[in-house]
Amino acid sequence: MAFENTIDVEHPIHDIRSEAIKNFESKGFPSKKDEAWKYTSLNSLLKVDFSIFPKEENTLEYSQVKKYFLHEIDTYKIVFIDGIYSSYLSETTHDGVDICLMSSALTKPMYQEVMDTYFNKVASKEESLTTLNTAFSREGAYIYIPKSKMPKKPVEIIHFATGNEASLLLQPRNLIVVEENAELQVIERHQSLTQNEVFTNSVTEIFADKNAIVDYYKVQNNNAAASMIDNTYISQKDTSNVSVHTFSFGGKLTRNNLNFYQNGEHINSTMKGVTILGDKQHVDHHTLVHHKQPNCESHQDYKGIYGENSTGVFNGKIIVDKIAQKTNAFQQNNNVLISDKATINTKPQLEIFADDVKCSHGCTIGQLDEDALFYLQTRGIPKKEARALLMYAFANNVLQSVRIPELKKRINKLIAMKLGVRLGFEL
Amino acid sequence: MLKIKDLHAKVEDKEILKGINLELKAGEVHAIMGPNGSGKSTLASVIAGKEEFEITKGGVFFENEDLEDTAPEERAHKGIFLSFQYPVEIPGVSVTNFMKTAINESRKARGMEEMPANEMLKLIREKSEMLDIDRKFLSRSLNEGFSGGEKKRNEIFQMAMLEPKLAILDETDSGLDIDALRIVANGVNKLSSKDNAVLVITHYQRLLEYIVPDFVHVLHDGKIVKSGDKALALELEEKGYDWLKQESAV
Ligand SMILES: Nc1ncnc2c1ncn2[C@@H]1O[C@H](COP(=O)(O)OP(=O)(O)OP(=O)(O)O)[C@@H](O)[C@H]1O
Ligand SMILES: [Mg+2]
Repeated sequence: MAFENTIDVEHPIHDIRSEAIKNFESKGFPSKKDEAWKYTSLNSLLKVDFSIFPKEENTLEYSQVKKYFLHEIDTYKIVFIDGIYSSYLSETTHDGVDICLMSSALTKPMYQEVMDTYFNKVASKEESLTTLNTAFSREGAYIYIPKSKMPKKPVEIIHFATGNEASLLLQPRNLIVVEENAELQVIERHQSLTQNEVFTNSVTEIFADKNAIVDYYKVQNNNAAASMIDNTYISQKDTSNVSVHTFSFGGKLTRNNLNFYQNGEHINSTMKGVTILGDKQHVDHHTLVHHKQPNCESHQDYKGIYGENSTGVFNGKIIVDKIAQKTNAFQQNNNVLISDKATINTKPQLEIFADDVKCSHGCTIGQLDEDALFYLQTRGIPKKEARALLMYAFANNVLQSVRIPELKKRINKLIAMKLGVRLGFEL
Repeated sequence: MLKIKDLHAKVEDKEILKGINLELKAGEVHAIMGPNGSGKSTLASVIAGKEEFEITKGGVFFENEDLEDTAPEERAHKGIFLSFQYPVEIPGVSVTNFMKTAINESRKARGMEEMPANEMLKLIREKSEMLDIDRKFLSRSLNEGFSGGEKKRNEIFQMAMLEPKLAILDETDSGLDIDALRIVANGVNKLSSKDNAVLVITHYQRLLEYIVPDFVHVLHDGKIVKSGDKALALELEEKGYDWLKQESAV
């Protein structure tokens, strides 16, 4: 892979970038020798000669891509086509809140204070793919919600890949700052429109100030030629509440590095995931919750259904610092293998240095319960539907906490579609 | 309606049913009694079509049709219902949604349209009232955290909703308090008519005071060792099974 050298030296974040380049060069891409990448190989991706910046701007008609939007409701939209902002498909705002572009935030003086305070402050300066993004990324979403504000509607961040490039590397960079008592809902989606190879290496930084509420939904239902590494870093202050739901149904290779840092007390962090895979798909969920202060909670609930030759990884790391007494940390990872050839590697990693904490974790890997199947069949529900119903019910817990009803319905339908059935109701 | 001919069935090389003959005609109520482990639930499961059990000889016929290659759901569509001794918990599916799915799948199999929503609600209300089931119950996950008695009552609710031709009740009475027993028995009696048949598996004579059987059979070691009328149930209550075990050993 080669990088074109088109970095702007005059830029205020030039120093951050040079440091990132240096760090990336010393580390290189992660390999299977790295413990954290034991089960996910980037080899096949690294052989592809990706172009980093598309040669020309591509356009799309709304009608072509409407179905990828949550069009049932009104939303703000930050849309990118092959990594380049599409003002035509977007709906941004500066009305009391800023829902706009990283490229503006990087260049316009009015954003400089926020940028100086937050940009690259929670993202890792060590992790190689994050540093790669820091070094070369130039576009993404910038969302700033000042004190006690709440945007009128959810924000959709959508990346389309047109396939006009034979193979494309995208490195979006999002910065989301939600101040005291403010609220935000975000839905993020990456959609490739052809079978040409796309590799996305995304970094998102989220800052939730005191009492802020942020709900972030990642819809990963891309096609079989799309791979994605998602690095999300979240910094929370006192009594804030942040949830991230990850719905992984598509893509060739998906790696989710989800990192929560609790920098205050009475914080609530929620991580939920539904993964339904088939074919040769691979999804790797690496979560980290760092409990750094007392009286906080974290909840993790990941459910996976793996068919055909698909492979999954769940690695959930929980660190509880010595002073973080009265921490409640829950972690649950349940998996169903519906094919003999599917595999899942699941591993909790607990590093607990405080003594007064409640930590529970559980992993299960199983087949569908034959007795439950028989029970449903004796009530007239055909085996295929019965299986789907059981799997559907299995994933249901995770949907319960989705706070945008239309999104919940969408995900419901996606799950039903993934499982190849039509159910007479929504759970 | 139901004919069982020289039925032999095994699981994992262990023969459990060793030659059962039984016939239920429309309008009849039969009771099966017998010691623990004699094969009662196995027989019920085989009639309902559980694949785990392999039929090695003989067979099960429903309305003169061999059920050998009939899937459990198809048996349900034909009108066979099994009330489980141990109903399975299904987290995440509410009783109501489950019933809707079950009823509409059966209708689909019979070439009927889906039941309109208001009709469905009315039916659910009617049947749940008959069985004295609280509305709140219906929105809970199926059997999850239900008490033993609640599970059994829920089984009969499902039976009432599905209106089967043949109802097999596997120890539906165990776990029920005295009032619930009466309510459940009443529900079963409402279903039974000249066109239906009921097969009651029980350990206790008490249920048979409410659901009065035309025939009582004793199952022991995978075989029916004695059949009689309802007086046999009384005799068993008094004497236990030992005398029969000895008789059959001869
Ligand atoms: N899946 C199985 N694998 C092995 N053995 C089994 C299996 N199912 C049933 N059995 C055995 O078959 C025999 C009959 O069991 P069954 O459940 O039919 O008895 P039952 O008459 O219903 O007893 P109870 O009165 O206790 O309900 C028992 O010895 C039981 O252990
Ligand atoms: Mg039994």
